[in-house]
Amino acid sequence: MAETAASPAAAKTPADKNLAARVSPARQLAEAFAAGSLAGAVEIAEVPFLTMVGLRADAGSDAAARLAGVTGGLPAQCGGVVGNGDTSVLWLGPSEFLVVAPTEAHESLGGDLIQALRDALGGDAGQVVDLSANRTTFELTGPRARAVLEKGCSLDLHPRVFKAGTAFSTEIANIPAVLWKTGEESFRIFPRASFAEFLGRWLLDAMREYASPEVP
Amino acid sequence: MLLIPCPNCGPRDETEFHYGGQAHVPYPENPNELSDTEWSRYLFYRENPKGIFAERWVHSTGCRQWFNMLRDTVSYDIQAIYPMGTPRPDSSSRATPATGTASTAPDSTTTGTAGPSTSTTSTLTTTAPEGATK
Ligand SMILES: [Zn+2]
Repeated sequence: MAETAASPAAAKTPADKNLAARVSPARQLAEAFAAGSLAGAVEIAEVPFLTMVGLRADAGSDAAARLAGVTGGLPAQCGGVVGNGDTSVLWLGPSEFLVVAPTEAHESLGGDLIQALRDALGGDAGQVVDLSANRTTFELTGPRARAVLEKGCSLDLHPRVFKAGTAFSTEIANIPAVLWKTGEESFRIFPRASFAEFLGRWLLDAMREYASPEVP
Repeated sequence: MLLIPCPNCGPRDETEFHYGGQAHVPYPENPNELSDTEWSRYLFYRENPKGIFAERWVHSTGCRQWFNMLRDTVSYDIQAIYPMGTPRPDSSSRATPATGTASTAPDSTTTGTAGPSTSTTSTLTTTAPEGATK
């Protein structure tokens, strides 16, 4: 179930007001996601407003080492994800990474993650960019989640190849997206905000067949 | 569709990549000294071989990195993948035509390193190259 914002009763602190005023990229699909989710088969929900930070630093550089100290490491190769509690770093390229952290980690809500990363980079070559508004997050779960994704993703998603705890920047339904397998039957998909509605509706359509009994 | 082996990510569908045209076309040392003809040759004229072609690709929806590729324009066979900035690897079956539509001066310095191997391909030119005297 998509959570949109803090409940009105809690909207007291500036941080809560900030959240209450925001509309996530797939907010308009929340009801459709709830209606299209099939318990025991495949379910979809938007996880709005995760904190995302783009990192660029050359592997082996001092800056990379300092950034790794903040995030709990930087993945070394394609597919790699390293984590430090609820903060994860996804490999996007040889010198490019995506930090994914909870909503509260954002500086607009009082979090200090992004500033800590900026401080770690200092004046060195590289970048630390707040990308929280760039992508939204879909969570696709259930035994049929892989089958749904296989309709529009050319990666080999079989568990013998695609392990939980890995993530790939690829195409889903012909649009660029990052696909992160967070568990055996759970995936996080990061489409750009402007693609969120398209991909959300595409996934709902791909899920629909599992609402009916399987034809032998 | 091509299945392109990205040096960082492994084999991916061609739709994840963008084409960057001919590889090894260096920017002129002194563009201001070029004539309009020479400048236009640098900008617009490229090889169009029937056979092995050195070209650039970028893995745009993956690692976003550029790399070079040797591809057979007839069979689409991918013969080599190599990093940007490194010289073109030798390929035994080079079928570079003796005369293309656009053999520009700048890129011949990087593509024409292995002269002897081209001599095995058929020479289509009727005017004998220098050195072919009896
Ligand atoms: Zn790649």
